[in-house]
Amino acid sequence: MPVEIRKLIVTVDETHREMGREVKPPTRRAAAVAVIANPCAGRYVEQLDELMAIGEALGGLLGTRCVEALGIAPDAAESYGKAAIVGERGELEHAAAILHPKLGAPLRKAVGKGAALVPSAKKIGGPGTAIDVPLGHKDAAFVRSHFDAIEVRVPDAPRADEIVVAVAVTDSGRPLARVGGLQKSEIEGKDGLR
Amino acid sequence: MIEVRRIRTQVEDIFHEFGPRAAAPQRRGVLAVVLGNPFAHRYEPDIQPMMDAMKPLGVELAQRLLEAMRVEPRRIESYGKGGIVGAGGESEHGHLWHVPGGYAMRTLLERHGVSTKAIVPSNTKVGVPGASIDLPLTHVNASYVRSHFDTIEVSVPGAPAADEIVFFLAMSTGARVHERVGGLRADEIQGVDGLR
Repeated sequence: MPVEIRKLIVTVDETHREMGREVKPPTRRAAAVAVIANPCAGRYVEQLDELMAIGEALGGLLGTRCVEALGIAPDAAESYGKAAIVGERGELEHAAAILHPKLGAPLRKAVGKGAALVPSAKKIGGPGTAIDVPLGHKDAAFVRSHFDAIEVRVPDAPRADEIVVAVAVTDSGRPLARVGGLQKSEIEGKDGLR
Repeated sequence: MIEVRRIRTQVEDIFHEFGPRAAAPQRRGVLAVVLGNPFAHRYEPDIQPMMDAMKPLGVELAQRLLEAMRVEPRRIESYGKGGIVGAGGESEHGHLWHVPGGYAMRTLLERHGVSTKAIVPSNTKVGVPGASIDLPLTHVNASYVRSHFDTIEVSVPGAPAADEIVFFLAMSTGARVHERVGGLRADEIQGVDGLR
C-alpha cells in the first residue's frame, strides 16, 4: 500500500425515528475516513502521480470498510460520495489528485457497480475541520430521495502535513423522503443520471 | 419513555502519532444513542424511572459496541461513557446514564471473562446540536493504570435537539499508542479495589 495511514475511522449512522414517526427499516449511512501523510506537503509538485496512486488505494480500502460496516452485500449499497480536507502545508489540488483520477474505479467495485458520478467536496483546513461528504445514488444521480450529505470530522486531523480522505456509502435514501422527483424504482442506470 | 431516534457507532484505529508504528493499532470505539428526552421543557422531580427503563437499552447498546469493535472481548482494556443533554433539558438528565450505561458495559465484559472492578469514568453536559464532548477512558480493572488514561472527542452532527439527549459508551483495546510517562503498569494490577 503506497499510503501512510495514521488513523482509520469508520462510522455508521442510523436513523430510527424522525418527527415522531418510525423509520422502518432505519436508514443507514457509513463513512470511512483515513488520516494520511501528504507526500507533497510544503512544495510545488507538478506531476501528482503519487497522490493519484494513494487515491486508488483508498478508494478500495475505504469503500470496502463502509460496506463491511453496514453489513450488506456490495450490491445493496445505494448511495456514495467522497471528500478530502488538506492540511495547511498542502494545496487544494492535492485533494483533487487523490479524489478524481483513480479513486472512483475501486470504490465502484466495492459497491458492486456505480454508473453515476461520485459527488465530492474538498477544502483546506486544520485539525478538527468538518466537511460534509455529499451523497448521491450510485446508479442515477437524479434520484431525489438520495440527495444527502454526511458530516465527518477528525478532532486531531489534518495536521499541516496531512490529508483527511473520506468515503461515504449508504444502504438507503433520506428518512421519510417525500419531495417527489425521480424514484429509485424508475432508475434505468445506464447514463448515471436517470 | 424510551424513544430511540438515532444510533451512531464509530470505530477508530490509531496506528501511530509520528512515533514508531505499533504492531497492533489502538482501537477505540464509541456508540452514541440519541433519545427523546421525556423530561424536556419541565421540571420533573422523579426521573429515576427512566434510569430503570434504560437498563435493557444499555445492555443492547453495550453489546452492539462490543460487536462493532470486532475484537475478542478480552482485548477490551479501558472504557468510558458520557452524555450531552439538549437545551430543553437539565444537566441532571445526563446523569441518568451512570447505572444503565456503566453497569451494562461492566456486566457484559465480565460475562466474557474480563474483570471490570474499576469505575467507568464519565463526562456529561448540556449542549446544542452537533456539540462535541471529550469522553474520558480509564482501565477497566484499575483506574490508576497511567498508560490507559485517555480521552476521545465525540459529537453527533445534528444532535441533541432541544428535546433530545445523546448518551455515549466508549471502549478501547489498550494504552495510548506512544504512552511513555510511567506510573502503574497494567501488568502490576492487583485487581482488588478497582483502583490499583
